[in-house]
Amino acid sequence: MYRILTKRQLNESTTLMEINAPFIARKALAGQFIIFRVDEHGERIPLTIADYDREKGSITIIFQAIGGSTKELAALNEGEYILDVVGPLGVATEYGDVKRVAVVGGGVGCAIAYPQAKALHAKGVQVDLIAGFRSKDIIILEDEMKAVSTDFHLCTDDGTAGYHGFVTDKLKELIEGGAQFDEVIAIGPVPMMKFVCKTTEPYGIKTLVSLNPIMVDGTGMCGGCRVTVDGQIKYACVDGPDFDGHKVDFDELMRRNSTYKEQEKAHVCRLTGGVRNA
Amino acid sequence: MPNMQMTKTAVTEQDPKVRARNFKEVCLGYTEEEAKNEAQRCLNCKNKPCVSGCPVSVAIPDFIAKVASGEFIEAYNIIKSTNSLPAISGRVCPQENQCEGKCVRGIKGEPVAIGRLERFCADYAMNHADEVEKATKPQSNGHKVAVVGAGPSSLTCAGDLAKLGYDVTIYEAFHTAGGVLMYGIPEFRLPKAIVQKEIDSLKDLGVSIMTNMVIGKVLSIDELMEDGCEAVFVGSGAGLPRFMGIEGEALVGVYSANEYLTRINLMKAYLDDYATPIKKSKAVAVVGGGNVAMDAARSAMRLGAEKVYIVYRRSMEELPARKEEVHHAMEEGIEFMLLNNPTRIIGDENGNVCGIECIKMELGEPDASGRRRPVPIEGSEFVLDVDTVVMSIGTSPNPLIRSTTPGVEANKHGCLIVNDDTNQTTKEGVYAGGDAVTGAATVILAMGAGKKAAKSIDEYIKSK
Repeated sequence: MYRILTKRQLNESTTLMEINAPFIARKALAGQFIIFRVDEHGERIPLTIADYDREKGSITIIFQAIGGSTKELAALNEGEYILDVVGPLGVATEYGDVKRVAVVGGGVGCAIAYPQAKALHAKGVQVDLIAGFRSKDIIILEDEMKAVSTDFHLCTDDGTAGYHGFVTDKLKELIEGGAQFDEVIAIGPVPMMKFVCKTTEPYGIKTLVSLNPIMVDGTGMCGGCRVTVDGQIKYACVDGPDFDGHKVDFDELMRRNSTYKEQEKAHVCRLTGGVRNA
Repeated sequence: MPNMQMTKTAVTEQDPKVRARNFKEVCLGYTEEEAKNEAQRCLNCKNKPCVSGCPVSVAIPDFIAKVASGEFIEAYNIIKSTNSLPAISGRVCPQENQCEGKCVRGIKGEPVAIGRLERFCADYAMNHADEVEKATKPQSNGHKVAVVGAGPSSLTCAGDLAKLGYDVTIYEAFHTAGGVLMYGIPEFRLPKAIVQKEIDSLKDLGVSIMTNMVIGKVLSIDELMEDGCEAVFVGSGAGLPRFMGIEGEALVGVYSANEYLTRINLMKAYLDDYATPIKKSKAVAVVGGGNVAMDAARSAMRLGAEKVYIVYRRSMEELPARKEEVHHAMEEGIEFMLLNNPTRIIGDENGNVCGIECIKMELGEPDASGRRRPVPIEGSEFVLDVDTVVMSIGTSPNPLIRSTTPGVEANKHGCLIVNDDTNQTTKEGVYAGGDAVTGAATVILAMGAGKKAAKSIDEYIKSK
């Protein structure tokens, strides 16, 4: 049982939870993930570790309540328990010898872009953090991201805050403006990561993406998380979750991630008893 | 005078048509009368060939004699003295290649139904728990041992060590102990309540079980040893699923057998009140011919598929699954497409599986495995209309332990290298057994390895 130490609502659908998990906190590194199971009847769902506190023995997760299981997780309160949390899983992000990096976060992906920027910033790397949201009212972690970036570029699709446009537009503008990025790290919805990679490819800038495919065990046993990278089958849980974005088959990943879309729509909510229509 | 009936005493099973749509246990087991009748078929041979066929050396004729005289608890105690998981092995052992394969009664007629009798004794003891002397925690000998994984080899090793007074902790990666007994073998063949009872009996012996602990990630073997464990047993199982490397394996609707069965068995996707989803299939092709393939095919049928095919590239003679499983699968309506090999999986415009193309095979000269090598018949390709494909063509050991434990060496297949006599790995104090060493094999072989390792660990620690 894993106690929820703090809970904070970042926007209407995005929640931050700090969880007591001393064994995981001792080993966690940026880029790794955990798998949680809310209760005996729950699914196993992977979530990237947003932060950790080794002394306190806690890890932080940030998630959007978008499916049945994340909604159940979001319904838990401070002081309550999550039945299972396992980790740290996956390979930690390996930063090359870099001087300037653009970290690109999309929506709730900013929760993971933030610790990446933090780790790079702490190493003295010049960090351009490009954070994209649909609109002003769903912006999360703005102050935190500002604090760990050399230049913070807030973007909204509708222009209600910061730069009016997509993260890819901003990224292209920076590159065209002469910014010399040694690497780009993109974390967000699959289409966003795909288009970030399309943006950087002509410039030959190495682009790292963090993938979150469907998973069961997270230790290399089920093979459900397989992605095609450079024409080869890779398991996101043990080979990733970070991959060279220019080699990832994103279209296949999007298709595979939609495997249970229909069933998810008909998921009977155990909280309300009603059938949820996404 | 022994019962000279030529065939095994029949056992009650659920009707194939009914059971093909439910997850309840197929075989209902012997009644007391049936068990006694079958036990009387044993000739009690002097040289006991059956025992030589048993990886954990159960004193078979001795326990059968007790069954014949109606002393069921005594029979159970005899089994339990060398086999810590009889309710499990009685259900899932490939007896035809082991004890029953050596039975003298099998020369003319059918061998004694040793597996069914073992199961009978184990079930009888579970149902008459008050008559069985309850295992209690022995006095501690002050030595700590860690066991990695909680499958059959680990459970056996942990149980044997705990009985000797060791302070044993099992570290399991999943949220539930049991390994393949929980995630792999379906409820209809091995009810999970039975596995749980066997695990609980280990806890009675003082074994502690820590779930959600992925050794190699959250703690390394070296850290376990620094923490005071004098020996570590690795029973981490066969991890990574294999795929064929053919076109279309990333389509939606292609599963590894591991994923398919884990969703069903461990995550209970077949029950409405569990959240884990699984594809509702109309027609399923399961590629492979082992026990895991049979389990996947029969599970697909129970989930409501109209057509389920086993696609296997060799013939029935080479098919490696237990005979009983093949027989049950056929009764339940699984179609065996033998001497066929998939060449590609076909997807529709949305990337969903809509067919599997196969090529017909014929058997050529024997290959390295001694089995006749299947050779494709040119131009014989055809398409099976299916919406789901389950790849059940084996696994390779999980790399987590070998990649995080300096000194532990693996062979070219990724299997941990051990001394055959002791099951010690190439690192002092670290032992291994089960699929992590052999690659995908049977529950009973894993149990045998766990048993051998426990004995070696005891000798190693005492000699220090």
